[in-house]
Amino acid sequence: MLGPNLFTNYGEAVAIILFGIGFSNLLLQKNLIKKIIGLNIMDTAVYLYLAEKGYIAGRAAPIVTNGVQDAAAYINPVPSGLVLTGIVVSVSVTAIMLSLTMRLYRRYHTLDLDEISLRLKKEGL
Amino acid sequence: MDFVQNFPFFSIILSMFSGIISSVLPARAAKWVNTCLIVTVGAMSACLLGYLTKTGEPFVYWMGHFPAPWGNEIRAGTLEAGMALFFCIIMLLSMLGGEKKLLGEVEYSKHNLYYILVDLLLSSLLALVYTNDLFTAYVFVEINTIAACGLIMIRQNGRTIEAAVRYMIMSLLGSGLFLLGLCTLYDLTGHLLMSNIKESVAELIAQGTYTVPLMTTIGLISAGLAIKSALFPFHTWLPDAYGYSTVSSAAMLSSLVSKGYIFLLIKIFYRVIGFDIIRESKVIHVLFVFGLMGMVFGSVSAIRENDIRRMIAFSSVAQIGYIYMGFGLGTQAGIAASVYHILSHAATKSLLFVSAIGLTDVSGGSRKFIDLTGAGYRNKLAGVAFTVGSLSMVGVPMFSGFVSKLLFMEASFGHSIKMFPALIVLALSTILNAIYFMKTVIRIYVPEKRPDFETITVRDEKLYAATLVCFIVLNVALGMFSLPIQNWIRTGLSMFG
Amino acid sequence: MKRKNNAFFRWFYGEKDPYLGKVEMRPQPKYENKPSDLREAFRDSMMRDRIYDAEDNATLKIFQKLYRIAAVLFCLILIGILLVNVSWLPRYGQASNPVNNEVSARYIESGLQETGAVNIVTGMILDYRAFDTFGESNVLFIATVTVLILMRLDKEKKAPAKKGVPVYTKPADELTVAQAHDRIYEPKNDVILQMVAGFLVPIIIIFGIYVILNGHLSPGGGFSGGAVIGAGLILYLNAFGFEKTERFFTEKTYKWVCFFALTFYCLAKSYSFFTGANHLESGIPLGTPGAILSSGLILPLNICVGLVVACTMYTFYALFRKGGF
Repeated sequence: MLGPNLFTNYGEAVAIILFGIGFSNLLLQKNLIKKIIGLNIMDTAVYLYLAEKGYIAGRAAPIVTNGVQDAAAYINPVPSGLVLTGIVVSVSVTAIMLSLTMRLYRRYHTLDLDEISLRLKKEGL
Repeated sequence: MDFVQNFPFFSIILSMFSGIISSVLPARAAKWVNTCLIVTVGAMSACLLGYLTKTGEPFVYWMGHFPAPWGNEIRAGTLEAGMALFFCIIMLLSMLGGEKKLLGEVEYSKHNLYYILVDLLLSSLLALVYTNDLFTAYVFVEINTIAACGLIMIRQNGRTIEAAVRYMIMSLLGSGLFLLGLCTLYDLTGHLLMSNIKESVAELIAQGTYTVPLMTTIGLISAGLAIKSALFPFHTWLPDAYGYSTVSSAAMLSSLVSKGYIFLLIKIFYRVIGFDIIRESKVIHVLFVFGLMGMVFGSVSAIRENDIRRMIAFSSVAQIGYIYMGFGLGTQAGIAASVYHILSHAATKSLLFVSAIGLTDVSGGSRKFIDLTGAGYRNKLAGVAFTVGSLSMVGVPMFSGFVSKLLFMEASFGHSIKMFPALIVLALSTILNAIYFMKTVIRIYVPEKRPDFETITVRDEKLYAATLVCFIVLNVALGMFSLPIQNWIRTGLSMFG
Repeated sequence: MKRKNNAFFRWFYGEKDPYLGKVEMRPQPKYENKPSDLREAFRDSMMRDRIYDAEDNATLKIFQKLYRIAAVLFCLILIGILLVNVSWLPRYGQASNPVNNEVSARYIESGLQETGAVNIVTGMILDYRAFDTFGESNVLFIATVTVLILMRLDKEKKAPAKKGVPVYTKPADELTVAQAHDRIYEPKNDVILQMVAGFLVPIIIIFGIYVILNGHLSPGGGFSGGAVIGAGLILYLNAFGFEKTERFFTEKTYKWVCFFALTFYCLAKSYSFFTGANHLESGIPLGTPGAILSSGLILPLNICVGLVVACTMYTFYALFRKGGF
């Protein structure tokens, strides 16, 4: 069942646990701001997971130094690029979530999503 | 290389560019840019479809100066080109059908922003259809999600904003799972391009290494996309989002946004993992079960609904269940039936949303069934259109829904274990569909005079009427001339492999 | 289970927000809805009995409990599955992993010659895999559009009148309210903040420009540099207020800067995609690797991305603060 590499891949394991924490925050928290924090934890965990993929022990960051262009000198650049793209996505999504939250707060003066649904039902729109 | 082969790239980049220009244009100009864009992209897709049918060979297109595993790529086959064409038709009709409502429900100074959202939605759909690179797919899935969120909350009342929050939360859970699956797949194969991943996966399977992570990956990616396309237990955001957003948004959300994700999933099944491996995996059984549950529970919720727009929205949950049930059968015929159902559901559901607006307009803006009594007489064309849509959803011959149900039945025949559950639930779901759609149709044709409500004739709203006629023709065409479409789907799917 | 009732636990369970009413700049009006007539009031109370009264509603309570248990179980199962998954993955940090194949090797070995960028990651995201990156800047663009829809408070603008078409009317004049609030509650003349900002803002902005311009030579690039510049602008706004920033940054600035940057990005990349796919020479000189003016399109693209990101960050802040510039 359990494979051989759980403790060698401790970085990935930590990322997974963080992902779970963020995921459960997103599901369980009632407060919208806390949900958004959970979302950010989740995204960051995925980036940690990705960054772990690129690492090769004892090699340098992928910026050509002193003209050395040997594949054995640098770590894998692809995951770094993917993380960069991912970060922009998570910034955008966070901004949208925050602005949605602000609109709801201005209207209903609460951050509790269930409370907001109940008030909506009361408004009977 | 033929010039036609540039068309997929042109259509994607053109729709992005129109979005960018629309940010500085006034609302009217943005609207024209949007309409021209959809027509142009549709025409280009039609040319491409003709070209590909003639040559019979799919092609890949480099996005940049570097070949396969290094640069990005897009790829076009007949199925992709046809889907792009179909998406354009539905989008154009939905935009035209909801144009009048947009003025009444959205602040005028924000209209150009709405058209930006639609342009970028089109670009993301096209990119999801054409892409040959998994990470590009992820980026455009996000554009699709954000555009959909914008479409939901453009009509700003409490309901839609709350629905948008729920939609975002669900979608982001889905994106997180999808991204995690993508990273794992990259870790196992070292590639991001679909064709290269497929080769590596085949090698891994042959060697028998990394089977556990591979299965988890398939699970993660399927779960992520299923959550995003509102498969049954993850549909809670859907009724409010479809029910209260402005009508063109509702039509596009139900017929295009979720279909984009589903098409991507089909693409991943065929072009990334390989269909033989998918068939062996346990994931499709899970999809099958959830699909069946969605078919029943979606319809039951729709029966209990007292609001016409929300009823149509719940019916979407059931129809998405059909599509995933087709996946779950794990046969070529099942997938073909699902693709057909994507088309028929997109055409029918947008027709229902657009025609429901005509009915509520002549009922004092109320969406409750009690006020809709006799609405079919006050707005005759909308009544006819709604009836056509309902008959198609129920599965009456001559309309598109019939053919897809027939295909589902054919696909489930001869399946050892899944045949009986699939057939029973199909029959049950058809009965449930009939209950709530026929209830509505009877309701709108009850001869009751309501002098307090206005009457709308075709002459009052020519554009709207023309849209409805186009929708009806599309539905009947999908139902009557299904054989060439089925052939097209089969050849397209074989081009995938 | 009896639980402790001190401030920490009450905060933990979400019952009390210790900052409520203390950190808000303006007092929040209480939520109230006024029932307009007797019937509505009655319906309201009925409704409350049925759904709103969560304390006595047994089904709701059970449902919430079930939901929490199901969610916790789901998360635990997910973590478990993923940990098993991790345990089967290739070993961490090994050069022989499947990730390190011919793809990354070519990026490293010939990236400098093919893209001209010393920073291999920049070369990869802006040249080899530029389509992804263009998509990514579109994500940022569409996010701004969405935030604009939600937060921007527009002056009333009349739609062209059409016969029989109801035109959207705004519920209340939010714009004046928001502006008034901003005038009243905006911190003014904070000498310490202004002095510090006077020192820091130029340095921050110059650093941001440095990061953008050296994106192809050293760590950094358009996005990080743009975020730095955006932070500098936000600091300036906080110290000196909207009156000062309006002199050089209005909504028009944002609109046109974003438009030109994205249009240039789009056209440049379309050119490069088109020539690449049709196997034509692009004809853009790559320059000497290591010089500032090198690596073909990467430097202008970095500048574009930087401009877009800086404007976007500032716009997000301005919109969140008062719904306009």
